[in-house]
Amino acid sequence: MKFAGLFVCIPNLNPNAALMNALIEMLSANYLLIFLLVFTVILGFEIISKVPTVLHTPLMSGSNAISGIVIIGAILLIRQSPSDAWFELTAGMFGLALAMVNVVGGFVVTQRMLEMFKKKKK
Amino acid sequence: MNTAIWFDLAYLIGSVGIVWGLKRMSSPDSAGAGNTLAAIGMGLAIVAAVFYPLGDADKGNLAWIFGGLALGSAVGYVLAKKVAMTSMPQMVSLLNGMGGATALILGLVEYLRIGPDNAAFGSNFAVVFALLVGSVSFSGSVLAYLKLEGKVDDKKITLSFHSVFNLMLLALVLGGTLALSYSTDWGLGLLILFTLLALFYGLSFVAPIGGADMPVVISLLNSFTGISAATAGFVYGNLMMIVGGILVGASGTILTLMMCKAMNRSLWNVIVGGFGTAAAGVASDSNQQVKSVGLTDAAIQLAYSKTVLVVPGYGLAVAQAQKVCKELDELLEANGVDVRYGIHPVAGRMPGHMNVLLAEADVPYLKLLDLDEANDFLKQCDAVVVIGANDVVNPAAERDPSSSIYGMPVLKVWQAKNTIVMKRSMGKGYAGIENPLFFEKNTYMLFGDAKQTLQALVAEVKGLG
Repeated sequence: MKFAGLFVCIPNLNPNAALMNALIEMLSANYLLIFLLVFTVILGFEIISKVPTVLHTPLMSGSNAISGIVIIGAILLIRQSPSDAWFELTAGMFGLALAMVNVVGGFVVTQRMLEMFKKKKK
Repeated sequence: MNTAIWFDLAYLIGSVGIVWGLKRMSSPDSAGAGNTLAAIGMGLAIVAAVFYPLGDADKGNLAWIFGGLALGSAVGYVLAKKVAMTSMPQMVSLLNGMGGATALILGLVEYLRIGPDNAAFGSNFAVVFALLVGSVSFSGSVLAYLKLEGKVDDKKITLSFHSVFNLMLLALVLGGTLALSYSTDWGLGLLILFTLLALFYGLSFVAPIGGADMPVVISLLNSFTGISAATAGFVYGNLMMIVGGILVGASGTILTLMMCKAMNRSLWNVIVGGFGTAAAGVASDSNQQVKSVGLTDAAIQLAYSKTVLVVPGYGLAVAQAQKVCKELDELLEANGVDVRYGIHPVAGRMPGHMNVLLAEADVPYLKLLDLDEANDFLKQCDAVVVIGANDVVNPAAERDPSSSIYGMPVLKVWQAKNTIVMKRSMGKGYAGIENPLFFEKNTYMLFGDAKQTLQALVAEVKGLG
């Protein structure tokens, strides 16, 4: 437990045992998610390592659009906030709008680029 | 009846859409359809998230949601339609920063919602980590955007001990992440301080990286945004966010490593900002002279070649010269010259930057050769035209072990019979080293703005016919 030193300053905590317990708790509570995570990492590497150089920029802007998936979080946040929680609603809507810019902007710009590649075929 | 399963299935189908869409990106013919498929998957996910049954937790607020969706769509659409192809690196950085900002906001709000005295380390950690990575990716992307727009001077924001400073900052924000996850009793002030530190780390992280290293940093920031989205997926227990985020994280990581490999440098070396401080490399012989060439001679040389390789670099993008370049290409082809393009993986400011510019100018992608193909082609090539590229055609990378770019795979243009270099001036490339190519006996310089020079060259070639 070489990180234990970091936690000595935190009150009411036995650093070693607490860290270990926390880790075990985290792993067992999220086992399926971690399982999914590992396989998605492998899948991602497999798919993307086959993309040719020509398409690197569209790949990047396309995957950039996909990172806007964080929008789901913003939607869930807004839906679960009380209707008078102005801070949460405003922050949530701001985040949602930004993520949507990411999604729409990313896909549209990728489409623009790919159309340029497509017409080259003829 | 429990209807949640239908929405979960929608998430599943959406995820498959994204995966399949990315897979179809591996060929220019199917890439357009792949992008559409991924977009449909994303749309399905958004609809599912808006209508997912949440039971008593559901407070509606649909007006806020649709307001945000409409606003974001409008802004995103206009941005994407208006941006010039030469500005694509800036655009990608900017969009990337927005995804990061959303993760930042979610992290902040969710952390405040947890309330004090909560020791659930695992779930707290996901929230704080999303906040951390989102912040770094947001501020880093904004700085990358400003750098690409030329609004920030790299040298003015880099400290001489920058890598040590960054390591200390990193230790601080990681320590803060663990502390905030352990206990939620730190108060609003410390949470804000942590967020500011994370934002500052993002700036400081990107500060020393610039110029030709931009493709690496843009790919890396892309992967950070993906990771922040996946972490937020853990916060909301949403599988699709995890899948989408991780795929982006993986694609960003792969591109990052590819770019590093193309420069024969480690990621660490790029992050620390290894270029620039290195010694002068080649002991430049001051009595070496470069040879200029007249436009007419250059035109004749090109028009009477059998094979010509064009090597574009960032200078082509700056001068917006891709269309004139294609014009020259067509003229030469009409004269029976076989014109190809040699694309170095790190030419330009983002992966594939040159390919997109040339595609915009209607150059068939089959004429674009990658590094190995181009080097094969160069063995029997009559003439090379280097347009605004420098370090990627530097023979010092092969010949001079003392050079800071020694070992970097380059386009061996000096193997061609003649090389014409179009350059603004005798200035050095990003690596700040001399380029012995300019002094080779079969190298001829054409000084001036790439676009104007190309236009003049086109006129000369026309005059020949």
